[in-house]
Amino acid sequence: MSSLLTSEICVVGAGPAGLKAAISARDMGAHVTLVDSEVNLGGQLVKQTHKFFGSRGQFAGMRGIDIAKLLADEVSRDPSVDVMCESQVVGFYEDGTLAIEKDDSIQFLKPERVICAAGASERMLSFPNNDLPGVYGAGAAQTLMNVYGVKPGNRVLMIGAGNIGLIVSYQLLQAGVEVAAVLEAMPHVGGYDVHARKIQRAGIPILTSHTIKEAHGTRSVEDATVWALDSEFHPVIDSERYFEVDTICLAVGLTPLTELLWQAGCRMVYVPELGGYAPLRCENYETTHPGVFVAGDLAGIEEASSAMIEGVVAGLSAARSLGYETDGFEERLRLAKNELEALRQGPTGQKVRQGIRRLMALREVGEGI
Amino acid sequence: MTGRSTGFRTVPDAERRGKGPVVVIECFEEIPCDPCHEACNQGAILAFDDINSLPEIDFAKCNGCGRCISVCPGLAIFVVDETWKEGLAVVRIPYEFIPLPHKGQQVKGVSRDGVELCDATVVKVENTKRHDRTPVIWVEIPRALAMDVRHIRVGGTSFDRQET
Amino acid sequence: MQYILTSAFASNANSGAYGINSAMEGMGLVMDDGRIKHHPILEFKEGRKVRFTFDGKELEGYEGEPIACALHAAGVRVLKESPELKRPRGFFCAIGNCSSCLMTVDGRPNVRVCVERLREGMNVITQKGKGVLLADK
Repeated sequence: MSSLLTSEICVVGAGPAGLKAAISARDMGAHVTLVDSEVNLGGQLVKQTHKFFGSRGQFAGMRGIDIAKLLADEVSRDPSVDVMCESQVVGFYEDGTLAIEKDDSIQFLKPERVICAAGASERMLSFPNNDLPGVYGAGAAQTLMNVYGVKPGNRVLMIGAGNIGLIVSYQLLQAGVEVAAVLEAMPHVGGYDVHARKIQRAGIPILTSHTIKEAHGTRSVEDATVWALDSEFHPVIDSERYFEVDTICLAVGLTPLTELLWQAGCRMVYVPELGGYAPLRCENYETTHPGVFVAGDLAGIEEASSAMIEGVVAGLSAARSLGYETDGFEERLRLAKNELEALRQGPTGQKVRQGIRRLMALREVGEGI
Repeated sequence: MTGRSTGFRTVPDAERRGKGPVVVIECFEEIPCDPCHEACNQGAILAFDDINSLPEIDFAKCNGCGRCISVCPGLAIFVVDETWKEGLAVVRIPYEFIPLPHKGQQVKGVSRDGVELCDATVVKVENTKRHDRTPVIWVEIPRALAMDVRHIRVGGTSFDRQET
Repeated sequence: MQYILTSAFASNANSGAYGINSAMEGMGLVMDDGRIKHHPILEFKEGRKVRFTFDGKELEGYEGEPIACALHAAGVRVLKESPELKRPRGFFCAIGNCSSCLMTVDGRPNVRVCVERLREGMNVITQKGKGVLLADK
């Protein structure tokens, strides 16, 4: 067994939230250890080839891949941030020790503060033959094509017209892959209207009130049957349609990757608007386990732009709790919180606002597992 | 949710379009986004006081320069010039597919829902560093279709194919 | 990249089908080069080309890419057989989370090939069942 490593702040996950958390804590003077299971920093940013929404503070107008580079460069050249790549945090003990797996061996790190920014995983959808090779998470297909340059298939059926379904459909077209159709069980498109328009212009039908009935194939996906749904989400008799596709992508939502928080004993609550079980936390993104902070999708499913600002709030707060103080700390924290609120202000932020309200109300009454 | 009541819209009327190139912003849903305002150095795309507001344009100030086109993450900005030539208009379209068409190439003008509407001639391809891999294609089309053509289909490619 | 083309594959390609059906699998080496050659936004830096074996057949991939990517580019979609119902399983999550892509690599079972990086000479085998753990070292 290796010796116990120490650190002031350990940030778990180097996606948009984790990178911003590391940078913000470092800005306050704290020493940060940033741990990520991938080779490259950036989390899911490394495959986001589209230009981002938001405002200048969150790099609006820049492509996700370029934001990843910018933030990764910033932490990589900073001596007060130790970067551990290809290192997966596999355990979080109650005394605050993290077990980190790298090259088939386990290291133990006991930081004074932890910022958990592990992100999210894609949801599965139930339908016959959903386990056939060729049924992929939409984000997984995106990784295959945009990170590794491998086509997920030749002809794709996309399930889900939220932002991920729409964006990945567009990116499949850019990679030279056909998209047969995008299905959406709801009667309306869930993602941004402008994303939907991009693929509609390219001739891709978006079938609302439709879902997949069944995938077919002997060894991998060969085709799929879809059907219409009525206003109560029951299948409409005789509405079956048939699509010859070799790939089915599921873009039916994300759920926070909270295993480490459960292990640590953070109180968790089920908040559907935030994607499932989410940690109870205060306004500074500290969980019920003192010294454990959260940011990004793991704290509740949202956009990368808000994940970055949550990272700022968590990073500043964690460093502050260690006694670091800089001029303008209060102002920076206040601005970040204002920015978060502004991003969530519009109609597209309604679900998240509702989720956070629910989370805070549950916290008030001392709920949680 | 919009905090403003200037009355400015995102789509210019026929009178303004008759005066020369002008921006058309097909952004009809309130999402948190404001780079178009930052890109405009004519002061035509008004400042956002709520980042979720729809853009508002002072069409009297817009000179149709098109700096905003490739900046829009939603690829929702076009510039329309109905005064291009007798009976012909030019629409400038953001286009992120390959192969890129070249000047003089014949392509198809495509509607918002992916239907081929007309033949179109590429009269210019803007693709500098500033466009950041969102080239802007100028296509010449029948003037009557200036407010309908919003995409192009370039021949000889399996990309971006129309489904039937 | 060099792949052996067969008429069975060619007819598959023409009909728009991708990947492998059972007939193709029986024939061994699969060869659809599923790599993206040109992209409007991205440039793919290809690493060093390495050889590895998949169920006894030699394939090529790029060093350092996940094993699943190299297999997928070569048209291999079936990565394991489920333990109970013996159903084919493939790539799914790409983040090492779902266990749909467990294969036996260099004698080690249950390797998550969506995150395990390809190295020269690896011996990759479609895993059937739960795999046999090597004795603790």
